[in-house]
Amino acid sequence: MTVRFKLDGQEVTAKPGETIWQVAQREGTQIPHLCWLDQPGYRADGNCRACMVEIEGERTLAASCIRHPADGMTVKSAGPRVEASRKMVFELLAADMPARETGPDPEATFWKQADLAGLDHAPRYTGSRPGANGSIPADSIFRDASHPSIAVNLDACIACGLCERACREVQVNDVIGMGFRGHHARPVFDFEDPMGHSTCVACGECVQVCPTGALFEKTLMNGEATQRTIHADKSVDSVCPFCGVGCQTTVQVKDNRIVQVDGRHGPANRGKLCVKGRFGFDYVMHPDRLTKPLIRRDDAPKSSGMKLDFVDRLSVFREATWEEALDCAASGLKQIFDRDGGAAMAGFGSAKGTNEEAYLFQKLIRQGFGTNNVDHCTRLCHASSVAALMEGVGSGAVSAPFTAADDADCIMIIGARPEQNHPVAATYFKQAAKRGTKLIVMDPRRQELMRHASHPVVFKPGTDVALLNAMLNVIISENLHDEQYIQANVSGFHALSEKVKDFTPEAMEPVYGVSADTIRDLARTFARAERSIIFWGMGISQHVHGTDNSRCLIALALVTGHVGRPGTGLHPLRGQNNVQGASDAGLIPMVFPDYQPVEDPDIRARYEDAWGRPLDPRKGLTVVEIVNAIHYGQIRGMYILGENPAMSDPDQSHARAALAKLEHLVVQDIFLTETAWHADVILPASSQAEKLGTYTNSNRQVQIGRPALTPPGEARQDWELIVELARRIGLDWSYKDVPDVYAEMSALMPSLNHIGWDRIEREGSVTYPAGADDRPGSEIIFYDGFPTSDGRGKLVPADLLPPDELPDEDYPLVLTTGRMLEHWHTGAMTRRSIALNAQEPKAVVSMHPKDIGRMGFSRGQMVKVETRRGGITLTLRADRDVTQGMLFIPFCYGEAPANILTNPQLDPFGKIPEFKFCAARIVSA
Amino acid sequence: MLSDKDRIFKNLYGQLDWSLAGARSRGAWDGAKELVEKGREWIIEEVKASGLRGRGGAGFPTGLKWSFMPKNDPRPSYLVINADESEPGTCKDREIMRHDPHLLIEGCLYAGFAMNAHTCYIYLRGEYIHERIRLQAAVDEAYDAKLIGKNNIHGWDFDVYLHHGAGAYICGEETALLESLEGKKGQPRLKPPFPANAGLWGAPTTVNNVESVAVVPDILRRGAPWFAALGRPNNTGTKLFCISGHVNEPCNVEEEMGIPLRELIEKHAGGVRGGWDNLLAVIPGGSSVPCLPAELCQETPMDFDTLRDLKSGLGTAAVIVIDKSADIIKAIARISYFYKHESCGQCTPCREGTGWMWRVLERMAKGESSPEEIDMLLDVTKQVEGHTICALGDAAAWPIQGLIRHFRHVIEERIESSKKVNTSDLRIMAAE
Repeated sequence: MTVRFKLDGQEVTAKPGETIWQVAQREGTQIPHLCWLDQPGYRADGNCRACMVEIEGERTLAASCIRHPADGMTVKSAGPRVEASRKMVFELLAADMPARETGPDPEATFWKQADLAGLDHAPRYTGSRPGANGSIPADSIFRDASHPSIAVNLDACIACGLCERACREVQVNDVIGMGFRGHHARPVFDFEDPMGHSTCVACGECVQVCPTGALFEKTLMNGEATQRTIHADKSVDSVCPFCGVGCQTTVQVKDNRIVQVDGRHGPANRGKLCVKGRFGFDYVMHPDRLTKPLIRRDDAPKSSGMKLDFVDRLSVFREATWEEALDCAASGLKQIFDRDGGAAMAGFGSAKGTNEEAYLFQKLIRQGFGTNNVDHCTRLCHASSVAALMEGVGSGAVSAPFTAADDADCIMIIGARPEQNHPVAATYFKQAAKRGTKLIVMDPRRQELMRHASHPVVFKPGTDVALLNAMLNVIISENLHDEQYIQANVSGFHALSEKVKDFTPEAMEPVYGVSADTIRDLARTFARAERSIIFWGMGISQHVHGTDNSRCLIALALVTGHVGRPGTGLHPLRGQNNVQGASDAGLIPMVFPDYQPVEDPDIRARYEDAWGRPLDPRKGLTVVEIVNAIHYGQIRGMYILGENPAMSDPDQSHARAALAKLEHLVVQDIFLTETAWHADVILPASSQAEKLGTYTNSNRQVQIGRPALTPPGEARQDWELIVELARRIGLDWSYKDVPDVYAEMSALMPSLNHIGWDRIEREGSVTYPAGADDRPGSEIIFYDGFPTSDGRGKLVPADLLPPDELPDEDYPLVLTTGRMLEHWHTGAMTRRSIALNAQEPKAVVSMHPKDIGRMGFSRGQMVKVETRRGGITLTLRADRDVTQGMLFIPFCYGEAPANILTNPQLDPFGKIPEFKFCAARIVSA
Repeated sequence: MLSDKDRIFKNLYGQLDWSLAGARSRGAWDGAKELVEKGREWIIEEVKASGLRGRGGAGFPTGLKWSFMPKNDPRPSYLVINADESEPGTCKDREIMRHDPHLLIEGCLYAGFAMNAHTCYIYLRGEYIHERIRLQAAVDEAYDAKLIGKNNIHGWDFDVYLHHGAGAYICGEETALLESLEGKKGQPRLKPPFPANAGLWGAPTTVNNVESVAVVPDILRRGAPWFAALGRPNNTGTKLFCISGHVNEPCNVEEEMGIPLRELIEKHAGGVRGGWDNLLAVIPGGSSVPCLPAELCQETPMDFDTLRDLKSGLGTAAVIVIDKSADIIKAIARISYFYKHESCGQCTPCREGTGWMWRVLERMAKGESSPEEIDMLLDVTKQVEGHTICALGDAAAWPIQGLIRHFRHVIEERIESSKKVNTSDLRIMAAE
């Protein structure tokens, strides 16, 4: 129901739920405001009293940001009374703040709003804080410089509480609270700890919203972190380079250096960012950046087990011109191809590059070398999920975005730690839990998210199938499944119900170590909810039974009919910023772009027509298979773009030995990675901040990244380098720019119908599939049936399969690997970010404090962790998230690479290695 | 003067038995079942007809407030009793809870029944330890006697819970009280919505002062006309006055509304210290209302409307008497410090303004300010008043406005004389 009222003499209408401020804003009337932030997720609080308006017939003024108009109301937004009141608010606040020019941020919202309110003189009142009306003394009791990235100068704080709402309601990290009373009111971190020592996860949301600069980026400030010294000269709208969430960013640049990154209002992030996206931008400006092409010196032959650290790069490589390097790179590959054929060639593309790069890369390998031996790190993360999804529902992409959590009644998260690895996606889960949505979090490791969960479940590692089958057993035996949905949309129900018959929660209890009552409650909660949605991560996929794990999850959604409606669906949380896009673009050995099987003659013929060459009719090898094929002597030449298998692949010594064995290896990257050390030619490429292109996030949203910087030295654009190599091996490629590549790619990919470059450029983000040029894409798919041959979802029962390597007397502990909040993947980027590395600078192994005590270790000591494949030395950390009998090591540390330890045993369907489970032992170092 | 037969709080001084037996002997709980059986509409109409106005300070008609509670709402309704009596000078609810607790509990039953509330929370001031013990004992007696609780003899299930505050003045503000009761930091909520629509846990809630509710049983038993006949039009009934400050015998007393101020002080409090002519000013309704200079005190009837017309207020009827020995600027500066200290810090004008006003007053008390600052101070009080989330801003502004309105000359003289000290006296001192 709309409301009609009078605003400054004009008759206006308010839409339902609109406040007076919002109506005024719409009508073009600027009302000053401080504690109100016109951004999604921010509730009006009405405390600053800067937006006061006069309502006829009321004794007091009203805060327009929070007051809803009523029919027939007469509101005055200007006039002597409100203006005097607003001015006094600003004057009183300014009296206690550092002077504008010498304060933390002269460009802060506060000063702009003070101008708007008409405060045109210095405050007449005297302040009471040390920094009042001047500059902040370095010894001010309100100053806190303990955090590596964020300066806290509460001399400038106006206690508007935006940081508290940012921390508690928007990001739901619950670190900041408004402490104390009256004039002493100020934000505190945890129990008034210094920010750097608090549980702050440095998402920086508070920095982004602080209207005064009391919380501000250290990178923009002087050495004492009290005053802003850097003012950007350029701002670029782009996307974040890190995880699959796909946050949109605004990048501030000064003198070809990124100085600040803020969240932009994208569909996936709604203005939010995490620590990596906001503060981890400096890796692109690291002095380690490759700036000149390098060619391996004749006197530095490759060998397995080469020492990589602290070696002078020029003792191994010599600098070369682009001509020489490209010729050398291409001729080395071409020589092998001419001699041994396509089967001897392979390529690893990257999920960090753009869609256009991924497309060009797979095209180069397929068209140029006539082989399907092209893969990328999706093999190491969600290949098994994709295998199960393709088989079950006929599409490897998510069926609903993570923002569908808004509409769900029950959210199930299993084998994922979104607070660490998809922090912005996690905010939607936490917000939902705060609203009362049931949140089921299941993982062998405890996590912060379990604090928000209605159903936190810690189970024994590697027992996912037993657990999920037990849930299915309860659902089917208690008749909680959706008979009607199954009849209409699902096949294989009978076989599934037969299979899970024996998996009663009571029988399975000892397997996964969770009580039967809990499992029954979980199953009932999930099945009975009006709308349930499932999210999963590497904990599901990185097992030898990874595909089976995913099959069980698909079965859960299908038998309960929790798919294809708002608030329901299946969502494997994607790790890399463009793992969805790179997979879509065909960087997979079994399929062409859009998951078109290479073995299908009709499809192949289409691509042969498009690319003008005969193509390999057989599936190519996957990442780990390629490494093995090098050892067998089949594969001899490789082109690796932006991938770091020397760190990311399981059983690292084995993988590195393979790289060393290659006859010719071309590596294109921005840093001299562990992989690049094994190269014959290294091509210095451009970072994400330097290139134009599209990226597809976990939600199927195609977004545009724009260059903020020019590449350092002689480094060049990746897509140009792929084209250069293609030409040199005899392909007649001529692309004039990135949109040109996109045009060719999207013409071959039905999923990108109606999503032209111009549209992405204009809208910033478009979800596929899109039904028309002028209609938004479908966020939720499978509304009516599935893109399978018979239009039905297929249930595939899964059997119990133990992890490949169980603990025994020699190796009594379970080792699991993963990521941490501050470090990205193999650490090539984030270890070179000063801000991020300052927070997690050392390689650590996490162990339960009771285990530490029982085994006679002490926290912080150096230990050696060993498996059958090798050992690494690192620092022991006490961590109650890790259950007893378990070890956890993040794989980002080059000095202690976790993948020396991991088991390369593969899932038979997804070909994904078992990163999440192997037997290990630990000794004092 | 109030005759004994019209007295409601017959054990105000604690000389008689406070317990259920004693209360019963004074008429409490008498005919309660019949009163309940007359129905909630009847109760609300009686309270409306009695002219009872809220005794917590604002003087809002109690019956009208009760009638604001939504009818047929699916949510539970709550009755919350504000026993967070913290206004400086005020100590009337304390006496009720100590000495006549059953009047309050009985009143709660009628109020709760009238507003469809099965649950009542009594939020006590943190310092009221003994009062809580006494009140809890009385509540327990009432439960044991099946006067309240589930399946009680009155046929209206009714639970009474006591909750102790933690010592913050702001929790006496009704919405801050609700926040505190919900376990949160006691900070006032923005209104609208008002508690009747979204109060405790978002449900319909009415917050009443102890005295307002404790007089209801007598109104119902003796009839609205009896109560309405006491006092003056629109300012009916009896009222507990708390007389403190420079009087010979500070006391609490129940009197008829509208009793002249001088009569109140002289009859009950033994007169002003040093005689009526020694009177400088009176703060008639607790520290937040503007003071009245002696010349306005003589025949002034102590009621809501008269005092409002004098730009002061009856407030909680805590009469603070100030004689000529006092430094009025210092006195108001001390009050100002109190409000600065008790500001919750949520909204800007109060958080920043109270501190600033106090600092200026401290200087004014020493004469260390300029005459222009008087107007600036007045201006700030006008900007704080009516622009804050709750009435604490008003409470901080009013005493200062009263000071400047009636004693501006004192401030000016102080500034003038301090200048003299600064110039001539210092020169003499230097010469010595």
